[in-house]
Amino acid sequence: MSKVKMDAVIISQEKIAQDIYSMWFKAEAIASEAKPGQFVAVYSDNGANLLPRPISICEIDKVNGSLRIVYRVVGKGTDEFSKKTAGDKLSVMGPLGNGFTLKDKKAILIGGGIGVPPMLELAKSLECEKVVVAGYRSELFLDEDFKKVAPFYVATEDGSTGTKGTVIDAIKANDLKADIIYACGPTPMLRALKEYAIANDMEAQISMEEKMACGIGACLACVCKSKDKDEHTNVNNKRICKDGPVFDAREVEL
Amino acid sequence: MVSTKVNLAGVELKNSVMTASGTFGSGKEYSEFVDLSKLGAVVTKGVANIPWPGNPTPRIAETYGGMINAIGLQNPGIDVFVERDIPFLKQYDTKIIVNVCGKTTEDYCEVVERLNDEPIDMMEINISCPNVKEGGIAFGQNAKAVEAITAELKKRAKKPIIMKLSPNVTDITEMARAAEAGGADVLSLINTLTGMKIDIYRKTFALANKTGGLSGPAIKPVAVRMVYQVANAVKIPIIGMGGIATAEDAMEFILAGATAVSVGTANFADPYATVKVAEGIERYLESQGFKDINECIGLVK
Repeated sequence: MSKVKMDAVIISQEKIAQDIYSMWFKAEAIASEAKPGQFVAVYSDNGANLLPRPISICEIDKVNGSLRIVYRVVGKGTDEFSKKTAGDKLSVMGPLGNGFTLKDKKAILIGGGIGVPPMLELAKSLECEKVVVAGYRSELFLDEDFKKVAPFYVATEDGSTGTKGTVIDAIKANDLKADIIYACGPTPMLRALKEYAIANDMEAQISMEEKMACGIGACLACVCKSKDKDEHTNVNNKRICKDGPVFDAREVEL
Repeated sequence: MVSTKVNLAGVELKNSVMTASGTFGSGKEYSEFVDLSKLGAVVTKGVANIPWPGNPTPRIAETYGGMINAIGLQNPGIDVFVERDIPFLKQYDTKIIVNVCGKTTEDYCEVVERLNDEPIDMMEINISCPNVKEGGIAFGQNAKAVEAITAELKKRAKKPIIMKLSPNVTDITEMARAAEAGGADVLSLINTLTGMKIDIYRKTFALANKTGGLSGPAIKPVAVRMVYQVANAVKIPIIGMGGIATAEDAMEFILAGATAVSVGTANFADPYATVKVAEGIERYLESQGFKDINECIGLVK
């Protein structure tokens, strides 16, 4: 497994919801190695924005050597990326992190907010029985993509689509049962899912997030408290960028 | 063919470029991107006598042209370091400089003594970390304390000692002279500048530690000025650092009086930065008609 930093070429970009953009770019060296649940670090062209932005991989097209990212504009860096168009260069490093460990177990894939996109490549890669539950504030995105690959359930905060409430409310409302949860989303959602998985005796793989600098495990910025000693420092501080971002929910403190 | 070799306290480096402690781990992660044998030296992340867990997260935040960090010197302790990191670095044709941190003079002494018989080249003593409550900068902001700890470590060290100085002082030349008086072989400067960022939407500090060390291109002019001042105040060689991202940046430090330079935060923006700086320095020397980089050191008076 090797990672590279390269100038990718943007194939297409579109706005798919309020502040949410979908971009395909050609990066053969990264696409050929990438797995669901991994991420890329995207660099700004403006030297004032020094650090790369970690963005999860939404889809991997190994045949064409391209990757799709779906991201939310939250600041100067992502705003700059959103203004790029087909043919523009995108400075990107990847693939980063460990990705999900695919199990042959009946699965619920759960995404919350901007944690929804990485579940798409996972849903396409899992060949077992599976359903997807996505939580949004109000406006949906990627819903049509998910419907092509798995039964798709929605929770919205305002109740405009699907179950009103959280992803767990949607799981209960639809009486969804499985042996494993794969999830990505905000920390309160991951915390609730960890409790839910323990209470229901399910395995749970969760993808975590933290402010990152290097993206490759050197700077020790993005650590999380872990049950086991970490490989790097032996102090129960796993590196989200390198040892994660996907962890067994029981192994990390949230 | 220009000569890029420099000498630091009897240790010959193939070129002036090294890594700034804390930004490069012990080189393993970056070895997937750059050939460590192309660097003058690898300066490791600080290592203490025992493992340190570091600070709570968030530990970093981006700022204009830079970043602030408060990692808190998370490190595996000297036992793991000696068993794992030194053998890793020995595979490469580069010099090994181990950065040492501690909470008390005894902590520093213990690590220095452990390193004495290891196959490393130099030790860099971190008396300037702004992000830990005890030790670190507490030793680096008082000239008497700087001289005392330098002298104490020099008594024990069998390798050249580099004292890493803090810019968070009224007069850095006073600290430089104190380190020299204590017997320091080399000085490195600058460590980060204490900074703060407020998250106006969360209405709290961007870092869990409240304050953090500012690094990156934003601090370069401060660092160049301090290297120039210290070069004119002491006779021992200087490793210059603070916002170096390109060969042109590195040459400013060398012309101001640094014998070697460290590339730090730039590694986060570009994992190939160290080698690009080394290659760029060679091109600069050729294009400017220098035969030897030593002609440049402190050329600007």
